[in-house]
Amino acid sequence: MVAEAIIRTIDLSCSFGSLTVLKKVSLEIYKNEIFGIIGPANSGKTTFLRALNRLNYLNTSYRQSGEIFLGEQNTRTLSDNILRKKIGIIFALPQVLPVSIYKNVAYGPKVHGFKGKDTLNQIVETALKRAYLWDEVKDRLDEPAVRLSGGQQQRLCIARTLAVEPQVILYDEPCSGLDPISTAKVEDTMQQLKENYTQILVTNNTKQAARVSERCGFFLMGDLVEIGQTPAIFTKPRDKRTDDYISGRFG
Amino acid sequence: MSAAKLRQQIAFIVLGAITLFVIVPILLTIFYVIKNGIGAISWEFITQPPRNGMRQGGIFPAIVGTILLVIGTMLFSLPLGVLAAIYLVEYARDNFFTRLVKLSVVNLSGIPSIVYGLFGFTMFVLFLRLGTSILAGSLTLAIMSLPVVITATKEALESVPLSFREISLSLGATKWQTVRHCVLPYAVPGILTGTVLSLGRAAGETAPILFTVAAFYLPRLPRSVFDQVMALPYHLYVISTQVPNMPLKLSFATAFVLIALVFLMNLASIILRAHYRKKKIW
Repeated sequence: MVAEAIIRTIDLSCSFGSLTVLKKVSLEIYKNEIFGIIGPANSGKTTFLRALNRLNYLNTSYRQSGEIFLGEQNTRTLSDNILRKKIGIIFALPQVLPVSIYKNVAYGPKVHGFKGKDTLNQIVETALKRAYLWDEVKDRLDEPAVRLSGGQQQRLCIARTLAVEPQVILYDEPCSGLDPISTAKVEDTMQQLKENYTQILVTNNTKQAARVSERCGFFLMGDLVEIGQTPAIFTKPRDKRTDDYISGRFG
Repeated sequence: MSAAKLRQQIAFIVLGAITLFVIVPILLTIFYVIKNGIGAISWEFITQPPRNGMRQGGIFPAIVGTILLVIGTMLFSLPLGVLAAIYLVEYARDNFFTRLVKLSVVNLSGIPSIVYGLFGFTMFVLFLRLGTSILAGSLTLAIMSLPVVITATKEALESVPLSFREISLSLGATKWQTVRHCVLPYAVPGILTGTVLSLGRAAGETAPILFTVAAFYLPRLPRSVFDQVMALPYHLYVISTQVPNMPLKLSFATAFVLIALVFLMNLASIILRAHYRKKKIW
């Protein structure tokens, strides 16, 4: 079976002011896979991720060249809010809005024009179930979301993203602030979501990439050094720099 | 006791004394006003128009006038100031022009109020032919309070965490939806504080209303926004300096009513702020 590319970048270069952060990265991400992005700090991983849904542009000094395709569509033809609806993101630290659990999830659908209590209730319930949080919060949907534990908050963020029906979910080091048990739960959730979503995982934790992802890209100083099946990257990397990073000689 | 500890003790006492010194003038002023004015405060005083060359009767028209001016000022300065601040913080790019605008806003608050009065007189009363009227006075006071409203709103918006905006935008919300739902609600307490502070100042100012709205003696209530009104600060000036044989306690009673009015406004803002702070949980 030939895998179908859902995201394709061609010569994607990114810079903030005079600082070039990403140099001519071309890669394909296949439908329904979990694609891991590994590399030391300042290698351009997060910038790559945030380039996909244009969050980098919140920084006014940001410049970008190259093309990004979502399916067959050049993302240049999509407006910011349509693109971001299709490509959701989970941030490094659980970022919940200071409102109730319910309102956190319902916010996305609301701004996209969904109305009516029944419709919204349905969307919220489905999203929370898909993020495997429903059973833990169904009796306290009106409580402030900040009262949830870190791991629950991060799964709430996943539910919030799922509620707007994206095609791709980006994870920006989603477990960096979580304990091992919460991390395991988030990783479980990711595995369950594989059926319906394409997921891209940026992580500082090479073990996590090895556990969760099917294919992997190794970024170093803004270059995509190596890309391939995760087992291959971890057992017999082609590039010496990949080998050095994975075996812990730097990073 | 070691030398370091002794120095700390001295610093503590000195700082405490200085802090105490800040409260003293305020308390003395209020005490003095109440002591001299309370005798003249009566139901008649706050509900009746002045009589007998303002030496008797009440100050009802001036109270109404000041309240109307405060409302009018708020109607103009709140939407203008808040919208301008939203533009500056959320939309405008950081360039020479916006920096110039921000600098002007800060400096506008340093302009003496009599200058605003003159400006309002030539601009609204004469050029726009509004006459000496509530409308002209409110507009003048609004321009005077605009910088404070803008600065307060700007600071309130900037203190809302950037992450709220990122969350909203990342879910595909538009810029305006983001501002409307994920930024503004959390900036309301700060906006309220700034607005009420500026309105309190507007209520007490004499110079800006001197040529634009204030009536020397007008015992009836205004019928439209194009009417003149009496106003508490100007009335206070008039009865303290322009009317011979004026009982001193009437002046102090008027001052007391003015202070009480401003105090009530501040109280309202404190209550509103406390209400919103309960929602602040981040």
